Amino acid sequence: MEFITAENVTFYYENDDEQQNSIIKNAIDGVSLEVKKGEFIALLGHNGCGKSTMAKHFNAMLLPQGGSVYVDGIDTKTEGKTFDIRKQVGLVLQNPDNQLVASIVEEDVAFGPENLGIPPKKIRERVDNALKAVDMYEYRKHAPYKLSGGQKQRIAIAGIIAMEPDCIVLDEPTAMLDPKGRDEVLKAIQKLNKENNITIILITHYMDEAVLADRVIVMDKGKILTQGKPREVFSQVHLLKKHRLDVPQATELAYKLKCSGVKIDKMPLTDEECVEMLEGILK
Amino acid sequence: MVRDVTLGQYLPGNSLIHRMDARAKIVLLISFIVMIFCAFNFVSLALTAAVTILIVISSGIPLKMYLKSLKVIIFIVVITSVLNLFYGTGDPLWQWGFLKITWSGISRAIFVTIRIICLILATSALTFTTSPTNLTDALERLMKPLKVFHIKVHEIAMMMTIALRFIPTLLEETDKIMQAQKARGADMDSGNIIQRIKALIPVLIPLFVSSFRRAYELAMAMECRCYQGGEGRTKMKVLHMSAIDYIMIALMAVVLAGVIFCNIFFWELV
Repeated sequence: MEFITAENVTFYYENDDEQQNSIIKNAIDGVSLEVKKGEFIALLGHNGCGKSTMAKHFNAMLLPQGGSVYVDGIDTKTEGKTFDIRKQVGLVLQNPDNQLVASIVEEDVAFGPENLGIPPKKIRERVDNALKAVDMYEYRKHAPYKLSGGQKQRIAIAGIIAMEPDCIVLDEPTAMLDPKGRDEVLKAIQKLNKENNITIILITHYMDEAVLADRVIVMDKGKILTQGKPREVFSQVHLLKKHRLDVPQATELAYKLKCSGVKIDKMPLTDEECVEMLEGILK
Repeated sequence: MVRDVTLGQYLPGNSLIHRMDARAKIVLLISFIVMIFCAFNFVSLALTAAVTILIVISSGIPLKMYLKSLKVIIFIVVITSVLNLFYGTGDPLWQWGFLKITWSGISRAIFVTIRIICLILATSALTFTTSPTNLTDALERLMKPLKVFHIKVHEIAMMMTIALRFIPTLLEETDKIMQAQKARGADMDSGNIIQRIKALIPVLIPLFVSSFRRAYELAMAMECRCYQGGEGRTKMKVLHMSAIDYIMIALMAVVLAGVIFCNIFFWELV
């Protein structure tokens, strides 16, 4: 069994419609997936496809109504294990403002380890390391509300890292940030994956973020549409377009060229690859 | 205007007061407040004012910040001192109808003004030099005996931490909502007091709704970070009472005794 395994997970929300009839909306409808240790996964899909609901299953914030989720071999439904699971899988949410608890950066980062009951000296060490890992060490005495969105989100990530989890799930961490902030956060995530060997599950609807991952899982209407390496997934331009999903701009350009008869061997994913491809064609 | 509020703002530093234990600072502040209201004549009031000036100087916080915190309450100070001006007894120095100013009125006005100013300055000195976490941590420790009466001390302290953390965030949001409503044509700066209060409703409702959403998300984020109440929690910064703290408390006791002594000794000066 892999580090995180989801088996045939279903989850639905019950809502009342205008006539007070309860309608059951399947947020997740039979999803099975596996995440290896150290992997960088992007979970992709547009609003309402169930990706955020899925994210909350990885650390037992939500429990599956059908099927099961295993984290490091522990079923998330096991009573009394919730704490251990959350210690291993951290969750970073969309709005950095609503995740920070304390009024000083370092005290906020210390919140997690304090909850775990770690001795004060060790907390200090962990907080310093976590802040260094996201390049926010020099801001440790600042007040969070004076920082930029990208900086706040990195503090939120540091708060999770300080708990020393094996895996971090990020639920659209860049959705509320400006391009600069997005860049900072993505760099921090990639660094954590490469240098600290932390498993990353990045939930996003930005295609150019998904390109950075080792594996992309595309969800639509509570089901997995397709998964694989970014290049494999994004070469299925037709399938993605049919489900109203985008592909990276570079890929889209190449796809349109291909449709109009230009011979293209390798679909580009990034802007650099696209420039290379265009140069090749023009020669 | 919203941005001027200095309430609960912490300014990191390394002054003597910064380094003191938060519990000692709270105890000192409480005894200082007692002292302010014990000062019945000008000699003891002068002593209190001198202590306030000492506190302000030794906190190492720019005077500008103190003035900012005074600016917020200037209205209250003016009103209370003007009211007190007319409340005096004795021979009137100036009279107009039922309004009369007497020497005792003037002295009362000065007393009240100095008392309020000292009170605000000392309280600001506490919040400026103590990080909110330390402050609530200290309160939690000081209130621990109340656990006997089944008061949830940890929860109260946690609520205060969060409240202090969200003051600037919510102020910023209020500003944004006000601007958004103004952009939609809401008029907030004119009309009588009732019209102005009514004009605030379109600001307060979105603010409330978003606060509830924030609370829900924050609770989730806290759960994600393994928060489960005060049981088994440790602290990164452990409060530690050092020699300075005990010396300061002893000094405060001496000054408090001095104020009471002045009251008795110079009683005829009231």
